Amino acid sequence: MGLLDARISNRNVLVTSVDNVMNWARLSSLWPMGFGLACCAIEMMATNASNYDLERFGIFPRSSPRQSDLMIVAGTVTMKMAERVITLYEQMPEPRYVLSMGSCSNCGGPYWNHGYHVLKGVDRVIPVDVYVPGCPPRPEALIGGLLKVQELIRMEGIGLSRQDALKKLVEKSVDTQQVLDQARKAATA
Amino acid sequence: MQELGKAELNSTRIIHQDDNRVVIEKDLDTEYMVLSMGPQHPSTHGVLRLECITDGEVVVEAEPYLGYLHRCFEKYCEKIDYPAIVPYTDRMDYLAGINTELAYCITVEKLLDIEIPRRVEFIRVITAELNRIASHLVAIGTYGIDLGAFTPFLFCFRDREIILNLLEWISGARMLYNYVWIGGLSYDVPADFRKRVAEFVTYFKPKVVELRELLTENEIFVKRTKGIGIMPAEVAINYGWSGPMLRGSGVKWDLRRNDPYSIYPELDFDIPVPDGKFSDVGDSLSRHLVRALEIDESLKIIEQCLDKMPEVAGFDPRAVIPKRIRPKAGEVYGRAENPRGEVGFYIVSDGKSTKPLRCKARSSCFVNLSAMKDLSKGQLIPDLVAIIGSIDIVLGEVDR
Amino acid sequence: MDKGMEEAGNIMSAMVQESKAAYDIIRERFGEAVSEFDANATMPFFEVLDTAKWVDIALFMRDDARLKFNCMACLSGVDYLEEGKLGIVCNFESIGQFTHRIAVKVKCQRDGGSIPSVSCVWHTANWHEREAYDMYGMVFDGHPDLRRILCPEDWTGFPLRKDYQVQETYHGIKVPY
Repeated sequence: MGLLDARISNRNVLVTSVDNVMNWARLSSLWPMGFGLACCAIEMMATNASNYDLERFGIFPRSSPRQSDLMIVAGTVTMKMAERVITLYEQMPEPRYVLSMGSCSNCGGPYWNHGYHVLKGVDRVIPVDVYVPGCPPRPEALIGGLLKVQELIRMEGIGLSRQDALKKLVEKSVDTQQVLDQARKAATA
Repeated sequence: MQELGKAELNSTRIIHQDDNRVVIEKDLDTEYMVLSMGPQHPSTHGVLRLECITDGEVVVEAEPYLGYLHRCFEKYCEKIDYPAIVPYTDRMDYLAGINTELAYCITVEKLLDIEIPRRVEFIRVITAELNRIASHLVAIGTYGIDLGAFTPFLFCFRDREIILNLLEWISGARMLYNYVWIGGLSYDVPADFRKRVAEFVTYFKPKVVELRELLTENEIFVKRTKGIGIMPAEVAINYGWSGPMLRGSGVKWDLRRNDPYSIYPELDFDIPVPDGKFSDVGDSLSRHLVRALEIDESLKIIEQCLDKMPEVAGFDPRAVIPKRIRPKAGEVYGRAENPRGEVGFYIVSDGKSTKPLRCKARSSCFVNLSAMKDLSKGQLIPDLVAIIGSIDIVLGEVDR
Repeated sequence: MDKGMEEAGNIMSAMVQESKAAYDIIRERFGEAVSEFDANATMPFFEVLDTAKWVDIALFMRDDARLKFNCMACLSGVDYLEEGKLGIVCNFESIGQFTHRIAVKVKCQRDGGSIPSVSCVWHTANWHEREAYDMYGMVFDGHPDLRRILCPEDWTGFPLRKDYQVQETYHGIKVPY
């Protein structure tokens, strides 16, 4: 509330763009569809529970795809399940975001080599916005991924396509190698 | 799909009768409805699809459809070395990783000529029992959530986080450990291990009592689970049930006693079997009760192991692991008592290769779930949710 | 140490001896329909040579008062590539009655082979046989509902066979990495 109070002190009037307000509203109440498939689902449940509470971000899991705006694909997607994933994705109303959690849904994970029934990455069937690596990713990593989705939403604009928003996000992001080099320099200096 | 028949044509039926009026239905023509629960469903514990044929609210038949998480475990076993299979066994029953790794390792060790150091055995049992408690906490928490009780879920996960922190401290990972290796362990336990585990046991004992008062003795919970999904003992044995499912039906069968492995013969613990006073023998409440009481027994086992565990200076848990794991030619079926039942591995080795010729994983949940079709006949749809919750399935193990 | 190893050896052979005693009862009843007993230390087993008698042997094993193998622990399909055969390996035990355990093997031809189903004797066999069919392709005669259980209904090929080749696409989705 501190930021708002600073801006709206006397006059109860805030001047900003429509994009900012819409994006702020959307990112503050991301309702994911609980689409837990395998082991990553348990880490997602642990992130929802009290230790790494997700509800403080406004993230509240919904059971139905028609009432959610984010799909967290947590776990291995198999060939049998792939068509159902497409159906569920199409049932979500726009604007919708997809976060791929864990290596299995990123690229097939540990089952990439001989897994005949495993879909090698959920991005073969639906468009993914953010990937969270890990097997399974720690709850902090999942929260980091969700914050990335929130950053992506900040880049959105009315009339702007999702591809443009993703491009803007990539341009704004920091080059990790630079950060690591700087940190190393500071440590050895 | 088989022909769906019409339900009996009821010409007249009394719906309601009291002093003032009688309400009757005339010529009600009903049909069966096919309702598909899943694969995406909040209370099927994963990607399980239940095709229910219902007559109104009463289920005529509910058949499970599997395979939505089939991850080709057995094909992997034929293509990679014996030690490399251990992480894949973790991912089968992802809530009880250490127990499944233990089942696999003791099976392969039957074909090797090595003697496991005593300290390794004790650490294996302590971590396995900690994992058993964590797994039962998830089972109880999610069972509560299925039936509408949200608070026990949060309590269970709070306590589970402490166990996960302990296991992460020992092995490096919160959930999928790759800790129990064939012939030993990957790392020894840190120096303060005994102190911290003893602290956890002291902290957790009153929490078990709290959980019992919150959920198990809750009147609504008892009403929703007592008398639901009763399975008689002989039928349960014929279905191949094991673990808490079989003990819930009154059969005192626990692999840690009946087919002992590791150092369980030296430990003193009870096998809780419900006697029908609080619940009906064989119903969902009995199965839940077995899991809740087993947590106490696991705490007892951990305390005894902490007392008896030998301290060895400069201990190397990888000391007796052979450089190349090449078991002698033969076949073996080895099994262990997992939180969900009997997990067995049937391994065929040809004596020359470092990869198994065949490794079949006998999964407890696969066998437990096969009785679903018979258990669900005549139940109401909400009771179906209560039954699935009491079977406590993990789809990674069902589909492998 | 020597005494411990000797005791361990005796305990192992006690288990094998119990299995042999159970085998002798079956052999006495069915004669040449079952093979000789393989008394190895890890998994003692016998093979059913006359597969037409498999259901009768199964019923005898379950119901005879001296055997009472009321629980089938596991049924695994195996591919014997060199012999050109497929087979199943079943592990049995007797819960609450006796302490003996035994394993049984039944084999059939690789192409078009079939084994009688014992799902009427032990319910465990129902889904395990479906899985063996799904993975290997051997047909179980008399099974009430023999169809694929883990792979999709329209999957081509039997995945656990040694000569299995993965299909390129499934419903338009690329399968290999």
